[in-house]
Amino acid sequence: MNLSDLCLDMPPYRLSGAVYAALLNHPDELSALGEAALQPPYKALPKAPVLTVRPRNTLRWMSGAPVAVPTGVPQLAARPSLAIVIGQAACRVPLARALDWVAGYALAIDLRVPHESHYRPALRFMARDGFCTLGPRVVPAADVPDPDQLPLQLLLDGHGAPSGSTSDRTRGVARLVADVTEFMTLQAGDVLLLGGSHGAVLAHAGQELSVESPALGRLSLRLVSEESLS
Amino acid sequence: MIGTPQNATARVAYAGAIHSATPHAQGLQLADGRVLAEDAVVWLPPFQVGSIIALGLNYADHLKELSKELTVTSKDEPLAFLKGPGSLIGHRGQTRRPAGVAFMHYECELAVVIGRTAKAVPRQQALAHVAGYTVCNDYAVRDYLENWYRPNLRVKNRDGGTVLGPWFVPAAAVPDPQELALRTRVNGQVTQQGHTSNMVNSVAALIEYLSSFMTLQAGDVILTGTPEGTVNVNEGDEVVCEIDGVGRLLNTIVGDAAFGR
Repeated sequence: MNLSDLCLDMPPYRLSGAVYAALLNHPDELSALGEAALQPPYKALPKAPVLTVRPRNTLRWMSGAPVAVPTGVPQLAARPSLAIVIGQAACRVPLARALDWVAGYALAIDLRVPHESHYRPALRFMARDGFCTLGPRVVPAADVPDPDQLPLQLLLDGHGAPSGSTSDRTRGVARLVADVTEFMTLQAGDVLLLGGSHGAVLAHAGQELSVESPALGRLSLRLVSEESLS
Repeated sequence: MIGTPQNATARVAYAGAIHSATPHAQGLQLADGRVLAEDAVVWLPPFQVGSIIALGLNYADHLKELSKELTVTSKDEPLAFLKGPGSLIGHRGQTRRPAGVAFMHYECELAVVIGRTAKAVPRQQALAHVAGYTVCNDYAVRDYLENWYRPNLRVKNRDGGTVLGPWFVPAAAVPDPQELALRTRVNGQVTQQGHTSNMVNSVAALIEYLSSFMTLQAGDVILTGTPEGTVNVNEGDEVVCEIDGVGRLLNTIVGDAAFGR
């Protein structure tokens, strides 16, 4: 199912289809790089939020459709994330009131072909079909009192993988919304991904990936080989 | 030769509605028959834009211009990145130059609009998946450049930083996308000149590359990079990006005050 086909019973009533993902939003991800983060090509720690766009071919809404692991790639890196749904046009929102611009929350599974460099990684590592699945529903913000304290349990074939939560981010939900809208306006129905905890779970074709959180539900997808789809 | 083909189309806002329009000797003509001057309408991006895929360093001359600060060569994989819909504006729009920045520059680019689903398309068949072309001015504010997932969104995905238009020109009116001269004028002075024959990766090669890992859909647009000659622009500057046979795209640089900053 496409994101734009989803009807919500609350503002913003539909998703716009624009999805932005925060990367390196957990302090351990940068500290794992050690001194390298200060050396070329990076030369300094990031100042503004590190973001990427998730194009529409990557997006699925709770489709259950299989996601292809590219030929020649043994495993994909999977990260569970909180998806922040923007409720109204957000431009330069103040930190103290940033959550007023959030309509609700969902879950996301962000997939990437494992890669080492954070400098200028090729689009083919991240922009593949189905690499950003969201769902299972948008939970109104009023029902999520503290979005920075949500457990995120990743399951591989139904078994718990190392679990994380939405806490301890470099930028929590409010800070991320405030800092992103300082330089780009988000519209009603746009989605911001908070980004995963440190470390990804590796999964191969034939495995089922799920993420669950008590307040948000459970989202699953199935990895298959690229050959099996063609 | 600057002319826009007669079968080009635009999307404009006029008198309370959004209209399709075609070129006319006096400016443009709405589908409902009204003939209007170019400055009587609000120009929108000329088609419903899907994914926006941009190319960095795709002209041999621009690559040479930047070679001192770069570690890439033309033999590397195409440097593609993505932009969001919030950055789009149309012809005759305004783009904000933040106070205090030292280097904000335009980038005149041929924009390629996909016309039908493309997955694993070989380059010999790639141009059959193109619906048409338009002009893009893809601004960057280089003061904000950081070396994490370059080019970072604060440089390349600012509100109003992706100017598209004025016209959507059907592919049939552009016999060879690698035979187009392009240039930028700032306040009437030519500051950038190039030719699409100098692309490192041709339009067909880019479609082959991108469709090898992502499904391109109708309405997706590929911004094919810019030649050398990207210079700083200031508040009040009129920037015109033009591609022969495709269009002439005007944009004005404004300051923070217009945005209440």
